[in-house]
Amino acid sequence: MDLLAHDDCDHVAVAVRDVPAGDVRVAWLSSEQRQSLEASDSIPFGHKMALADLAEGDEVVEYGVRIGVATRPIHRGELVHTHNIRSARWQTN
Amino acid sequence: MADQLTGYRRPDGRVGVRNHVVALPVDDLSNAAVEAIAHVVPGILPLPHAYGRLQFGEDLDLTFRTLIGNGANPNVAAAVVVGIEPNWTERVVEGIAATGKPVTGLAIERHGDLATIAEGARRAARFLQDASELHREPVDRSEIVLSIKCGESDTTSGLGANPTVSQVVDRHVAAGGTVLFGETTELTGGEHLIAQRCVDDDVRKRFQAFFDDYFELVQSSGANLMGSQPTQGNIAGGLSTIEEKALGNIAKTGSVRVVDALGPAVRPTQAGLNFMDSSSAAAEFITLAAAAGAVVHLFPTGQGNIIGNPVEPTIKLTANPVTASTMSEHIDLDVSGLLRMDYSLAEAGDRLMEVVDRTICGRLTAAEVLGHREFVLTKLYRSA
Repeated sequence: MDLLAHDDCDHVAVAVRDVPAGDVRVAWLSSEQRQSLEASDSIPFGHKMALADLAEGDEVVEYGVRIGVATRPIHRGELVHTHNIRSARWQTN
Repeated sequence: MADQLTGYRRPDGRVGVRNHVVALPVDDLSNAAVEAIAHVVPGILPLPHAYGRLQFGEDLDLTFRTLIGNGANPNVAAAVVVGIEPNWTERVVEGIAATGKPVTGLAIERHGDLATIAEGARRAARFLQDASELHREPVDRSEIVLSIKCGESDTTSGLGANPTVSQVVDRHVAAGGTVLFGETTELTGGEHLIAQRCVDDDVRKRFQAFFDDYFELVQSSGANLMGSQPTQGNIAGGLSTIEEKALGNIAKTGSVRVVDALGPAVRPTQAGLNFMDSSSAAAEFITLAAAAGAVVHLFPTGQGNIIGNPVEPTIKLTANPVTASTMSEHIDLDVSGLLRMDYSLAEAGDRLMEVVDRTICGRLTAAEVLGHREFVLTKLYRSA
């Protein structure tokens, strides 16, 4: 398995090894769901890949809960990190 | 799980898993004397720290509660307290004496370091000999107080190490045991999940008040915690926001109800999962938890925090295979197989339960063996 997602409704999955761009396999910890997806970026170990398309300002969900908002459009398969999401609670001035 | 847990039953009935005789300074000035006592009498555990002078109000109360609580911790058989002035020294001695364990105090003023060290070493030696005759006896899991706090978290914490701790929390509470968790600011984004789990409105209100108070403190500083929460280490590990960190943090608290919301270093009165208001800094949290009476700490880490505490053995586990292989001497349990789906979460829980039980029964943790003794008082505000 290349990436693990916590919850069925999550927008992101976490790479459990360094994953090069291309075909990746995703498993969900919450269910038996397994999927093959296309990563458009390489996803370093421990980093996240988008499982859905998100618009700027959309909430980003992991663990079934909001972890922040998208600061620019994010496409399925993209790396998700501080360059394209931010906290919805604490913001830089 | 062990067939029979063993521990030291103290005069106040509480159960410890270690048998330390500590040399406890009331203030920074007395560190040299307690270190000297521990040098003259090897086997004495010195607990040097940076504070204890010109503090006032709530901050001073917390320092006393932390010092007394650590001396009173059931992992401690006896304590030699050293302070510069007699009054505060006596206050700490009296607090520890309430547990019924042997404790004695020495003030340095009018005696100087050398006479204090000589007399302190004499008393410490006697305590150490007496403590050596105390025996482990069978104890029940319900008598064990655990504390939990993670550090240098990354996304593997939320995927593996923290859910493994959850397994132990649920099992320990089901057996009638007590667990302490805290890290007030690191609940940000998931605080509603903890509030929902509070056992009643009173506990929920007190929990929310602690959380709001911390949040206001951060905001009133005119700054925010961007840049320190998540830490650079967290971000390098893949964590993007405080909310993501908080949800991974909460993933270690099990599924049980939160039975009480306590101030820092306050001893829990109810079995079950207790929230304790605290900083998220590892050494501060574990020192507060030890003051509240916790005897074994569970510390899941992602990038590899190397923390230990002198009073409370600290078990470290990681699901990060890089940390497990590059920092193996610090890690008591490697659960990186969870990321490869090599075994189930329940099985990882079984493995951690075994480590907990062996630690309770006397096996030294990696942090104890490596001499990690981070004893750090929480300072609420500047001194007078």
